[in-house]
Amino acid sequence: MPSDFISNLFVFILAGFVGFEVIKRVSPLLHTPLMSLTNALDAIVVVAAIIIAGRHETTLSTVLGVIAVAASFSNMVGGFLITDRMLRMFKTGKSKKS
Amino acid sequence: MNSFSPTQLIDFTYLVAAVLFILSLKWLSSPVTARHGVLAGEIGAALAVCATLFDPELVQYKWIVVALIVGAGIGIPLGMVRMTAVPQRTALSHAFGALSATMIGIAEYYVRAPHVTKFGMVEIGLEVIIGSLTFTGSLIAAGKLQEILPQRPITYRGQNIVSLSVLGTAIVIALILTVHPEYTHLFPAMVAVALFFGVLLVTPIGGADMPTVISLLNSYAGLSAALLGFVLNSRVLVVAGALDGSSGFILSVIMCKAMNRSFTNVMFGAFGQVQAKAAGTTEDKTVRSATAEEAAAILASASKVVIVPGYGMAVAQAQHKVRELFDVLTKRGVDVKFGIHPVAGRMPGHMNVLLAEADIPYDRLMDMDNVNSDLPQTDVALVIGANDVTNPAARTDAGSPIYGMPIIDVDKAHTVMVIKRSLSPGFAGIDNPLYYMNQTLMLFGDAKAFVGDIVRELGGVAH
Repeated sequence: MPSDFISNLFVFILAGFVGFEVIKRVSPLLHTPLMSLTNALDAIVVVAAIIIAGRHETTLSTVLGVIAVAASFSNMVGGFLITDRMLRMFKTGKSKKS
Repeated sequence: MNSFSPTQLIDFTYLVAAVLFILSLKWLSSPVTARHGVLAGEIGAALAVCATLFDPELVQYKWIVVALIVGAGIGIPLGMVRMTAVPQRTALSHAFGALSATMIGIAEYYVRAPHVTKFGMVEIGLEVIIGSLTFTGSLIAAGKLQEILPQRPITYRGQNIVSLSVLGTAIVIALILTVHPEYTHLFPAMVAVALFFGVLLVTPIGGADMPTVISLLNSYAGLSAALLGFVLNSRVLVVAGALDGSSGFILSVIMCKAMNRSFTNVMFGAFGQVQAKAAGTTEDKTVRSATAEEAAAILASASKVVIVPGYGMAVAQAQHKVRELFDVLTKRGVDVKFGIHPVAGRMPGHMNVLLAEADIPYDRLMDMDNVNSDLPQTDVALVIGANDVTNPAARTDAGSPIYGMPIIDVDKAHTVMVIKRSLSPGFAGIDNPLYYMNQTLMLFGDAKAFVGDIVRELGGVAH
């Protein structure tokens, strides 16, 4: 078993734990924006896609990388955009009048 | 240690991005700070993407730039959809996320093949299988939500055995590849079988179970990204994937609890089929109905009103009329709140977003527990397009398929009014005893038109 696996597992477990503690505090009011925001954060996969697409090892890997960059970048852009649009709609009675 | 190598600097940027991602989710816990959360996420993502562009491994930029432009070209319109289309947009974005992770996994496999280590193959196999099934599963979910595909569950005998053996086949192929890395021609078969399994997984699931399915697919999309992080040794992917995965997991648990069902029951139970026996029982019971004029008079004399919206409100596009009703009642000094069941709508929080879009202040949107403690002191509960989540049989009838499911106790209000097209049973195909209670008035008609009529009546009374 490669040693990298153990340190990756460390990061995975700790991040999962932090995620669990942070996300369980999100009010049900915001569950839809929560999902679109985590989607946008998950789109960080784009950094791996950029490497695959730009390393130019084989034609196949470049093609797959380019598809991956487009797919994940669309999630990143669209996810942040729609989350912000949704959150702008959440107003209290007071801020609505002002 | 005076200078960092470019790779270390990039890694350091990724660390900053990971911290910003966690802060982003932390700030989302309250509507007051939530928009800072989006900003933190955006900064983190932008830093990570920019840093990656300086990676010394990159030799050509042309296709990266093209792909980024195409991605933005798809992403911007998908970020601008109407709030009613958010569930299918979300399903589609799970599909894109999974597609991306799968493509990278496949590319990585072919770069290494046939010299893949056993451990590397286990990681890649798992990553590609989960990514592939999430991709097709999410596409089917999006198709159902967009109503391109039938929302009713599609089932046949022996379905679960067929589905599970398809998944088993994909796993067996992955194991063969682990033992015999030289059989590279089997890899596409593994991908194809996993893609097929995703279709089989979601096809039998009905529209009313979509909140759980979307959450579960969310969790899988996160998991595939985290696994990709394992494959590529990329910690930022592991962190982002773990955050996304735990978010999807928490939401799935909340959705399952809100329906009093287990994961296995949602995935394999094919809920929402029409139950033939439900139809015959409605004949002998009496139903009281009322006109818009009568409903308006009752609402006008109430001091506390709780509105319970459901998917039917979204289908009828009635949320803006509901806002008008909210305004006219509030102006008359009526205390109006909204009671929102966790599984109302087609994804977690769907109703909240629709009502917020219609400009209803979020401090009027109550979750199930809060509104249930208010309902016994409520004069009128107005149910708009919700059915099963208000069914008192869930509390009282141990024989009911939804027995034990937490519901919004509208039957405890002094008067209940239900806007509904007809007495036909809801998605679960279960008759709702609420409609035959003495304090219940049925308002038959289209939700949008009926609420509009009530608003007009109330406007008329005011002058």
